[in-house]
Amino acid sequence: MSEAVALDPTVVAVILAMAVVTYLTKAGGLWLVSRLELSDRVAVGLDALPGAVVVAFVAPALVDGGVPEWAGAAATVVVAKRTGNLLASLTVGVGVVFLSRTLL
Amino acid sequence: MEFSGSGVRAGAVAGVPVALGVAGYGLVFGVVAARAGLSVAEAALMSATVLAGAAQLVAVELWGSPLPVVAILTTTAVINLRYVLLGAALHPWLRSLSPLATYTSVFFVADENWALSIDAFRNGRRDAAFLLGSGIVLWGLWVVATVIGAITGDLVGDPARFGFDFIVTALFLTLAVGFWEGRRSFGPWSGAAVVGIAANAVLPGEWYILCGALAGAAVAVVTRDE
Repeated sequence: MSEAVALDPTVVAVILAMAVVTYLTKAGGLWLVSRLELSDRVAVGLDALPGAVVVAFVAPALVDGGVPEWAGAAATVVVAKRTGNLLASLTVGVGVVFLSRTLL
Repeated sequence: MEFSGSGVRAGAVAGVPVALGVAGYGLVFGVVAARAGLSVAEAALMSATVLAGAAQLVAVELWGSPLPVVAILTTTAVINLRYVLLGAALHPWLRSLSPLATYTSVFFVADENWALSIDAFRNGRRDAAFLLGSGIVLWGLWVVATVIGAITGDLVGDPARFGFDFIVTALFLTLAVGFWEGRRSFGPWSGAAVVGIAANAVLPGEWYILCGALAGAAVAVVTRDE
């Protein structure tokens, strides 16, 4: 179990730096809003960012994939829309990929 | 607004259902982190100190040797930029609190308990500690689930054999369904997809995520109504 509790100093430093960056985003908006006026332009861009990040991540993965990944993606989206339940959509998506790879 | 122990308790109780949903996500993060080579302790430390699901998942996707530190931190900042807006949106209810209460509470902000708390405040809840209470429950389950995922992830064989390599794609597709805002999303998402795919073809590593995301945000700014 010594590997499980191993803490590499470089890794710890990167994780703590991620924590600082994340905290600054969480605290920064609250701090800023009392001092500056966010322009509509910036607000629109920030608002679109989460969706854009997700799409930029997923689109190349699907382009690089094949029939099992496409079938899995379709199943994931359908279950996510119907149930809104993360575990359900993950289970079905991964299950479809697994079955397609096994059968095809 | 007040800030009391009973507010923390009310938030904690109300936060349990969404925290359980987040715990499912934490299991996935633990598995992916272990796959990427993080120890159980390192994965737990990241969940305990960063507390930002999407950013953590992308960060461990970027993990390698040597660590691409600049890419990890830049991507973390870009993915978490939305928290600038979420934090700003909390201002009406937090502004009368002490700096200590305010800046402790914002550490525990995640998408789910933020939405829950905004909903509660809009419906007349006068105790701002609701946000902290719901956040603490979410944080606790997030860390515990990460540890469980990281330990069991070590025991699972080749992920592709079971389709487990698809988990992250499925996770982001599920997030995308939640982020979709109808026609308003179409332009930005097309921009993000096209630039992401093109950048993936010509750029090394994972920079395509940044390129695509910034392209999507740029389309949103350029094509905004009014």
